[in-house]
Amino acid sequence: MTVGPRRPLRATLIWAALGLALAVPLLAAAASPLLAWRGPVYIAAGFAGIVGLGFLLVQPLLMLRALPGLRGPRARHAHRAVGVALLVAVVLHVAGLWITSPPDVIDALTFTSPTPFSPWGVVAMWAVFATAAVAALRRRLPVRRWRLAHRALAVLIVTCSLVHALLIEGTMEPVSKAALGVLALVATLLAVRRA
Amino acid sequence: MTDVSFDRRRLLTAGGAFALAATTGGVLVPARARASGLAPTPTMRGGANNYRLGAPIVERIGGGGFWMRGTVRRAGDGAPLPGQRIQIWAHTTEGRERDWHSHGATLTDENGTFALEMPQIVPTFGQPHGHLAYDSGDYETVFLRPVMPSARDTSLEAHFVLQPA
Repeated sequence: MTVGPRRPLRATLIWAALGLALAVPLLAAAASPLLAWRGPVYIAAGFAGIVGLGFLLVQPLLMLRALPGLRGPRARHAHRAVGVALLVAVVLHVAGLWITSPPDVIDALTFTSPTPFSPWGVVAMWAVFATAAVAALRRRLPVRRWRLAHRALAVLIVTCSLVHALLIEGTMEPVSKAALGVLALVATLLAVRRA
Repeated sequence: MTDVSFDRRRLLTAGGAFALAATTGGVLVPARARASGLAPTPTMRGGANNYRLGAPIVERIGGGGFWMRGTVRRAGDGAPLPGQRIQIWAHTTEGRERDWHSHGATLTDENGTFALEMPQIVPTFGQPHGHLAYDSGDYETVFLRPVMPSARDTSLEAHFVLQPA
């Protein structure tokens, strides 16, 4: 543990703040009246999206070494694990929506959807896949190129996901959705700016 | 699937007219079409999603409480078309779009208007919206997907201008 024993209160506060930022949107969505008229697969697909949005806040915080107890290699390992979890969340999100209404997902994936939020989500999805591919090739890439690619993709993912989420009229409560998305974007911009 | 690809082709040929019609609810018509009378309504993107062939004509869909209203007119002269079958479906408080019991059809009256009571539409796939189809064959098939300005609305309108097949 690298948490300074002199600052246990600060560590507790940081973790509590992160917990709130992640939990409030989830709890607010869990209280949505729309859930009453949705099947379990559709509900799970929606929540996979919300959890994915939460991961987008955790990722830059890990790389900013902002989370007490998770610094150095532990932060990097956690960042990698959360990255894999994000990939899983995206796949579950799209697969669950596909099961719920195949034609709507086909429209989205082919960029022929009538809903303005769909292309943003699809671009973010491909950017997540591209990030996984680039990460897999990391050792074969020059360090500078790897960093540039990873950071550019991170900004693309967070920006597109934020627009995607904000344009959706769904189970997420609007204020907690915007707050989580903006926090993720600000943290991401701070993280990529760091040399 | 054939219906869907057919619609997409139509959509592409409709081009800019589609965007204009979609944003104005079909009230405005492109200048080129105006010269030769009322332009036909193009199929909307996603309009045919979860369409089921041959839903029965019903008094109302489920328990009702929400009204889907609209008009059906002929392209060119704009004459109202009575007795036209319009199929309606949506994600409602009583079922998903693909559920059979979410689908029903009604006929236009002598003024070319229709109104079908159905359960309250609730947002699905990110927007509160309904689906309507003209698919009887005398005129070209049209699928519409109107979006409710507010999820609290208890009615929705959609208007068809049909072109002889």
